[in-house]
Amino acid sequence: MACIEARGLRKAFGTTVALDGVDLKVDEGRIVGVIGPNGAGKTTALNAILGLTSYEGELKVLGHNPWRERDRLMLEVCFISDVAVLPRWIRVGQVLDYVAGVHPQFNRTKAESFLAKTAIGRQRRVRELSKGMVAQLHLALVMAIDARLLVLDEPTLGLDILYRKQFYDSLLHDYFDGTRTIVLTTHQVEEVEHVLTDVVFMDRGRIVFQCSMEQIESRYLELAALPERALSAREFQPFHERQGIGRTMLTFDTARHPVDRQRLASMGEVRTPSVADLFVAVLSQQGQMAGGTK
Amino acid sequence: MNADHPSMNAGGVAGLESRSREFSALRLLQWSLLRELWEYRSIYLAPAIAAAIFLFGYLASLFRFPARMRVALAMEPMQRMAELWRPYTFAALLMMGTMLVVAVIYSIDALHGERRDRSILFWKSMPVSDVMAAIAKAAIPIVVLPLTGFVATLAMQWLMLLMSSAALLASGMSPSFLWTQMGWAQSSLMLFFHMMLLHGLWYAPFYGWLLLVSAWARRGVLMWASLPLLLIGGVEKIALNTSRFAELLGHRFSGGSDPFPVHGDMAMHMVPVDQLGAFLARPGLWVGLALTAVFLALAVRLRRDQGPI
Repeated sequence: MACIEARGLRKAFGTTVALDGVDLKVDEGRIVGVIGPNGAGKTTALNAILGLTSYEGELKVLGHNPWRERDRLMLEVCFISDVAVLPRWIRVGQVLDYVAGVHPQFNRTKAESFLAKTAIGRQRRVRELSKGMVAQLHLALVMAIDARLLVLDEPTLGLDILYRKQFYDSLLHDYFDGTRTIVLTTHQVEEVEHVLTDVVFMDRGRIVFQCSMEQIESRYLELAALPERALSAREFQPFHERQGIGRTMLTFDTARHPVDRQRLASMGEVRTPSVADLFVAVLSQQGQMAGGTK
Repeated sequence: MNADHPSMNAGGVAGLESRSREFSALRLLQWSLLRELWEYRSIYLAPAIAAAIFLFGYLASLFRFPARMRVALAMEPMQRMAELWRPYTFAALLMMGTMLVVAVIYSIDALHGERRDRSILFWKSMPVSDVMAAIAKAAIPIVVLPLTGFVATLAMQWLMLLMSSAALLASGMSPSFLWTQMGWAQSSLMLFFHMMLLHGLWYAPFYGWLLLVSAWARRGVLMWASLPLLLIGGVEKIALNTSRFAELLGHRFSGGSDPFPVHGDMAMHMVPVDQLGAFLARPGLWVGLALTAVFLALAVRLRRDQGPI
């Protein structure tokens, strides 16, 4: 069953169109990274999925209409929207009590054992914790909830590298079991790409690219060629080109223009493009196309 | 808008069985109320502090009490009651004032604070509906605070009674008059009705309005809450040269002709339960409650679509 199914999702704030006809299907058991520049509509899309905002179009999350059934949906969906949304006045013990009080899928023992690995005391108030500790606490709460979908919107923004790494490590090793679905957005793409099974690129309220990581590996190539070799590599019609230090980087979509990998390898180093590089390539191509149609 | 597909629904429901367990609404309400008490500690701290300060002052005045008691006992029965009741009435009024202030401060912050500190994103990640959140938040000024005020006043009056009895005994006088002739049972019942019905139900539209504005305004909740009221009153005065709206608000705030006075001497002559029927038959009560429901429904609609400020 599809975990998320959206068709023609639209949302406008006054004259600003935040979502401009989004079609999205996410199957269960995937870890999807939604990547896009600021203002691309990522948060609005996630908010619609979580029932936090109204929308036009069709949307089903685990079979529910999120806008009408947010409270029911939250029995099976967890989310961390931004860091530091835990109420600052609450004590660690109180937040555990509260979640145990209202959430039937919450396993308090599990949350306590996550917290035992941290320096977070039960009597401390959230306002007394460091930003990293608040993120740890929130993650401990969320991981102890037996949910089917976890949505993370910039969950590590402003955290230092140690906390960020720890965050995604726990997520992958202690939480993800292959049946749950995770949808996340982050600006630190390079830190999560090894975790993802799928990527979705968004720009100006639309999904401009959607692909699984396996597909990226088999379909896209990046060549780091010496500038003088770059010319001959262009015969394979790269769809994006950029200058590195002493190297020209060319990105190829082998599904559209087949390449001779051996010849390419003779021109420089061939590898799978990183998600960040592919994102830049896809977006600049989109920009060119948009410019061309003007 | 969002078309429902029965086929998609059916598939969803079949797969959800293991996780479809829900907690009862009562349980969710209980935790939602508890969470309000954790956040707004003034709900119980303010009456405790007010009571402590008052009792301290009362304690300091006790050395003159035996002399006052002697004077009072020589008075006319009506006068005597008024004299002996005065500090108890004052204690009740102090507590009411305290609770009113707490209720107003609470109501203007309840749906605003959670947006300001972004915690609304956490509360909304829990399986608690916006309706439940609004009901819990409305219940604080309409039910919890009047009840807290009642209990705190009662506790205060009992402590005062014990303290004054001790003062009388210390000076060789009998405190029996204070225990038997003051009409405690009746006055307590009157106080209970006064708090729950007048401060709770009768004032409910005020709190509903404040909660609505607190859900709507980005800042300056109190200003936005009072501005329309002043404006309506002002426009009415200029256009029609009447002040019906101001009178209406005044009537609401003063409780109409208070059916449940807390002044002990008056309480002596009234049977609270008899007043109950008349109070419940007031159309104003039900209009007010209907208005409260409308304000809260609007607040729920606003909260559904709102995120942090």
